[in-house]
Amino acid sequence: MKRKHKRLTFVLVALALLGSAVGLMLFAFEENIVFFYGPSDVLEKAPPEGKRLRMGGLVEKGTIQKVEGSSVVKFAITDINASVPVTYDGILPDLFREEQGVVAEGHMENGVFVADEVLAKHDENYMPPEVADALKKSGQWQHMQDAMEESGQLQAKE
Amino acid sequence: MIAELGHFALALALPVALVQTVLPLVGAHRRDPVWMGTARPITLVLLALVGTSFAALTHAYVTSDFSLLNVAMNSHSDKPMLYKVSGVWGNHEGSMLFWVLTLAVFGAAVALFGRNLPPTLRARVIGVQGTISLGFLSFILLTSNPFERLDPIPANGQGLNPLLQDPGLAFHPPFLYLGYVGFSVAFSFAMAALIEGRVDAAWARWVRPWTLAAWAFLTVGIALGSWWAYYELGWGGWWYWDPVENASFLPWLAGTALLHSAIVVEKRNALKGWTIFLAIIAFGMSLLGTFLVRSGVLTSVHAFATDPERGVFILLLLMLYVGGAFAFFAMRGPTLKAGSLFRPVSREGSLLLNNLIMTVAAAVVLLGTLYPLFLDAVGGGKVSVGPPFFNAVFIPLMIPMVIVMAIGPYMSWKRGEAKRTLPKLWPSLVGAVAMAVVTVVFKGADQPLAIVGMALAGWLFGGTVAEVADRIGLFRVSGGETLKRLVRMPRAAWGMTVAHIGLAVLIVGITGSSAWKLEKIQVMKPGEIVTVAGYDYKFLGARNAKGPNYMYTEGTFTVLEDGRELVTLKPEKRVYPAEGRPSTEAAIHTMFLGDLYAVIGEPDKGGGFVTRLYFNPLVAWIWLGSTLLVVGGMVSLTDRRLRVGAPKKTLKAGA
Repeated sequence: MKRKHKRLTFVLVALALLGSAVGLMLFAFEENIVFFYGPSDVLEKAPPEGKRLRMGGLVEKGTIQKVEGSSVVKFAITDINASVPVTYDGILPDLFREEQGVVAEGHMENGVFVADEVLAKHDENYMPPEVADALKKSGQWQHMQDAMEESGQLQAKE
Repeated sequence: MIAELGHFALALALPVALVQTVLPLVGAHRRDPVWMGTARPITLVLLALVGTSFAALTHAYVTSDFSLLNVAMNSHSDKPMLYKVSGVWGNHEGSMLFWVLTLAVFGAAVALFGRNLPPTLRARVIGVQGTISLGFLSFILLTSNPFERLDPIPANGQGLNPLLQDPGLAFHPPFLYLGYVGFSVAFSFAMAALIEGRVDAAWARWVRPWTLAAWAFLTVGIALGSWWAYYELGWGGWWYWDPVENASFLPWLAGTALLHSAIVVEKRNALKGWTIFLAIIAFGMSLLGTFLVRSGVLTSVHAFATDPERGVFILLLLMLYVGGAFAFFAMRGPTLKAGSLFRPVSREGSLLLNNLIMTVAAAVVLLGTLYPLFLDAVGGGKVSVGPPFFNAVFIPLMIPMVIVMAIGPYMSWKRGEAKRTLPKLWPSLVGAVAMAVVTVVFKGADQPLAIVGMALAGWLFGGTVAEVADRIGLFRVSGGETLKRLVRMPRAAWGMTVAHIGLAVLIVGITGSSAWKLEKIQVMKPGEIVTVAGYDYKFLGARNAKGPNYMYTEGTFTVLEDGRELVTLKPEKRVYPAEGRPSTEAAIHTMFLGDLYAVIGEPDKGGGFVTRLYFNPLVAWIWLGSTLLVVGGMVSLTDRRLRVGAPKKTLKAGA
């Protein structure tokens, strides 16, 4: 086997592998990418019911409600301008609280976001970038930042 | 005072690192033995300085010196001693100091254990290590100084995130960093070889033990992190394809490929350029991992407080080192002497194929991890790429890899023959069929992917065990001869066998726990029974109590199997007053075929508690498999061929 042939085999195998990987990825991207919406986006763009999406914002004050006798929790996620009701069946993460940044994954059903996953962060000083962006977009960032500094969730930056 | 000493030592380390870069590299260029000779003492001086600095910070944590901003932010006087010490690396500044300390330890280790290295190569390796120290020391001093003072001094500290107050996580970062930084040695050897213009078997023999050690450390680190996520986060899973997890997995994939391609360089003097390329990639992925974790550019469930300014600095370092290395590789690579030839069907061929698959898998994971970032940058909207994507892409790539893994060791070097190799594969086939049948009989055929996973594990296990039998000539030669061959089998071969069996065990665990996990969430009142996977969880009630630095609610479950009492589980929900936040402690009972796993949540007004009960099949196999991988690496590391300084003895022994 000549050196040229060896190199050619090598390149062909590598290309075949890369090709199939790219194919797999394109296929998987189509199926498995989940878009992120802020509460205002959800109300404006009205994503089709049943489509998987992520929604992030703050847990609206005074909306957390446990359904007695079951493990279902209801609350609302807000970006101050808009607010979307959420139901979730399960144990909420340890850092889930009122006015805390949160990201939920699930789908819309009759105007209610049915979450099958709720993510809060391991660190309470941390705001998920998507949530921060959703708040910035809604024009309420400054307002929120002040509120969070007051409640000690965000440390004041000089 | 001690803190100032530490700060001073750290500042002094910066010019020393500069000296470590310049003198040995210039010395090697001029072939000046005196200049090259400075390499060894300088690495020791650097180690002493960084070590002093680290000891000073540890002292501040142990004595709870809250006049240091870093200690005040991350520690508390009530914390148990273990977490005061682990708090040193449980925060950004301290962990970067630990990073540099590890780098200094590896640099000194090269100087001490590398006595047999050719002097120019050794000087160059140490010089390149110096450039890395230089970059990261400036990073710490400019953006993340752990010795910043605080005035007025607070009465007590803010405490450490309770999730991190855990033995598994106390040792997770050190092992991860030993792995990350360990690849810097392979990187430095690669750069030094490019400067020298020579890559040969001896070079590979020097690189392999360092790569092997780094890989073993990284494996321990990843397994510890995964174990922690499993029992501490209370969600019943152990891997989420989260960006931060991927950040540690990427260098592992590249490192695994490097480990195997270095074998080809050593044995056959082939794949030289490819090995250099992998060494750069492995360390580049380590830097990228550090960047992703430290910059917070990616949303992650693990993201701790982050700072973009630091991220930019690490990104610059990353571009400097990896970009520089690739540019240099492009410049010097073609001057490397071409290696020996081999046929596609050969041991080299199979190793190369698996190398390519590993690298492609790493590329896919990398793209999936960075895709949200990229899409956001071009204004394509915010997306998240989660486990379904990675599973859909990663698993199909791993299937051919595991198939080839069982075949490769049977092939001869240079030119293998399919005709002679294929008949030897019947034990693999038996293993695969047996596992598939067992799966279908016990679990049914409704999950094809689970059957494939189990069959692959059987295929790999059968092939690996039979390869040993083939090697020692079991039933082909006399019993005495078999025994003699068994005793003489090189440690590196044993290492491969153990590690490959470990992967088979790991595949069983991964497949089982992903395919047949059962989960029930409900409100339970005392006395109520919920059945999961045939086990009756009886809730007996909950009580409140006080731990060393936290309050907790402890639930009690008795688990019954066929009416007989099996075990009592006591999950906790803790609240740490110093930090003002809760944490979940799952209660886990590990069995051979699965874990019983219980989590207690919020109380309900009617006197019940929200509970989450799982049956997690075969999870113990994941930890067992990971342990075997590490043991395999360790055994391989003790091979006398890899002990620099011993090659002559091996020659005499006629191996």
